[in-house]
Amino acid sequence: MYKYNEFDDAFLAERNAQFRAQVERRIDGSLTEDEFKPLRLMNGVYLQLHAYMLRVAVPYGTLNSAQMRTLALLAEKWDKGYGHFTTRQNIQYNWPKLRDIPDMLDALGEVGLHAIQTSGNTIRNTTADHFAGAAKDELTDPRPYAELIRQWSTDHPEFQFLGRKFKIAITGSPNDRAVIKAHDVGLQVVEQNGKTGFKVIVGGGLGRTPMIGQVLREFLPQADLLPYLESVLTVYNVLGRRDNKYKARIKITVSENGIDTYRAMTEEAFMAIRGQYDGTDQQLLEEIKTHFKAPEFRSGSTEAFDAAYSNDPVFRAWADTNLAAHRAEGHAIVTISIKAHGATPGDASAGQMRLMADLGEQYAYDELRISHQQNVILPHVHKNDLPALHAKLKAHGLATANVGLISDIIACPGMDYCALATARSIPVAQEIATRFDELKMEHDIGHLQIKISGCINACGHHHVAHIGILGLDRAGVENYQITLGGDATETAAIGTRTGPGFAYDEIVPAVERIVEVYMARREGAEETFLETYNRIGMEPFKAALYPEAQKKVA
Amino acid sequence: MARPFTPKVITANDLLEGDVIYFTAANTWTRNLSEAELITDEADAQLRLLDAEKQNIRIVGAYLADAKAGPNGPEPTHFREDFRRTGPSNYFHGKQEAEANV
Repeated sequence: MYKYNEFDDAFLAERNAQFRAQVERRIDGSLTEDEFKPLRLMNGVYLQLHAYMLRVAVPYGTLNSAQMRTLALLAEKWDKGYGHFTTRQNIQYNWPKLRDIPDMLDALGEVGLHAIQTSGNTIRNTTADHFAGAAKDELTDPRPYAELIRQWSTDHPEFQFLGRKFKIAITGSPNDRAVIKAHDVGLQVVEQNGKTGFKVIVGGGLGRTPMIGQVLREFLPQADLLPYLESVLTVYNVLGRRDNKYKARIKITVSENGIDTYRAMTEEAFMAIRGQYDGTDQQLLEEIKTHFKAPEFRSGSTEAFDAAYSNDPVFRAWADTNLAAHRAEGHAIVTISIKAHGATPGDASAGQMRLMADLGEQYAYDELRISHQQNVILPHVHKNDLPALHAKLKAHGLATANVGLISDIIACPGMDYCALATARSIPVAQEIATRFDELKMEHDIGHLQIKISGCINACGHHHVAHIGILGLDRAGVENYQITLGGDATETAAIGTRTGPGFAYDEIVPAVERIVEVYMARREGAEETFLETYNRIGMEPFKAALYPEAQKKVA
Repeated sequence: MARPFTPKVITANDLLEGDVIYFTAANTWTRNLSEAELITDEADAQLRLLDAEKQNIRIVGAYLADAKAGPNGPEPTHFREDFRRTGPSNYFHGKQEAEANV
């Protein structure tokens, strides 16, 4: 894990002191809201429907136990006892008071966390595979590169006033868990002739014009990462549209100018910029890499795990859904679901955060991760510790065995909190999870991702869901559109709309009908929802969703 | 023919607390929609909004929101304003919580 040096500490302390003074000047009337708003946004402070909201970055999703405890402290001391983990590896506090926010930022600074560039038209928190450094299928831990990008992009003078926000995601594995094809820039660590480098994807994004990113460079040598990224951003800064907010993202720039033009301009800029890098960034990278050395994985028997797996069906169900393959012998990656049936997706109480911090310290070499799927991960757990870990999670309501299943829903805050939302998403997620828990069907249904956004901006990633739900305002009433067949992995795809939307009280039954079609038509339990959809297409689902329309056709 | 004017209230967020507030006929701010001034004249609406914005040192983002007259004062016509005067639906937080504690 990266540890701040003196420079980092001093930079953050100074920045927090500046913001404290800005808050005071707003309160005493020296600054108008128009002057203050860009300043607060640069520091992650939004004004939402019912209160201010503070968005704190969890850099590339990695935390240690001390940081997690500080997140708990913020929730308890300055909020209403909980925090909300988002789809971009951030945590949001929904109820801070303006005067308290500088204190919250100072507390975060003490453990090397901040809220800088979690908002505004800047380079946002670089997100990473939440299994980074642990996954069996991983080539290289991408987090040192993510940290390098964080340091380069934080307060970068050229990229503080981009045409629009800019999001980078990185993975070190061929199996994409970081949705890199739906980011402005996606980076995948690859190897060519024994050398490490990146496949660079550009122009992906969700929102009102969802697009899958395209390959800008098949292989970028690792040493060229920063000059090349700088070239991509420089071209965007010049070419990107500033006349229309809805056409300002790089996906539009790339699609309007064509990937070949964008590539040619990037390469041209790169020729000029590369010479400005004198190797200091590579020295820094080598230093950063020392912070991310894998722990000394212990060895030993897995007898306790094997016994619990054979004898305890509750443990077995949890192990089957919530564990992933670890690269070290005898270890597993544990996903702690913070999606108990009926609970708000992504919300964790201060008590739960503290417990997870304790468990991370005790069982996971002091590491935790936050996933874009709004769960918490203990990346390195020896299998023999799993029965004890599971027992503790169970005692605190954190042992829900639903990772990857229909109740493991991504949902944005929606109209319950967000000033931009057009409809609610949280209660829809709660009701779907509760309904399928009552039906006791979800383990039988298997892998199925539902993602819900409360407006067209698509924070809930609905376009890349197997079943996507988009909440809209139709003539003053909440209305929900459904898309099917989206895919958030390396085979990324945008889902297709089923047809007219559904009223609030019709959306859960509609999802149920979709699942019924899948269960009736799948070729055995091995065929996932997405596979069945890709095989049989939209029509059977439409027929179940819109029986009246079918009658008219007949 | 011009469309009939939908009555309005002026609403904003409190600078320090961040919570939802409404402008009253007495040029003060209240946390209860029912105590807000219901503006029924289109010509008055913009002028009253200017009055409200004179207090920008204590408030953020004042705007005119559709409302209707109810037995106990103004009521929202749209679900967004209904959530703003109540609180989120997943927890008993916000105004609903404050009212319960009165």
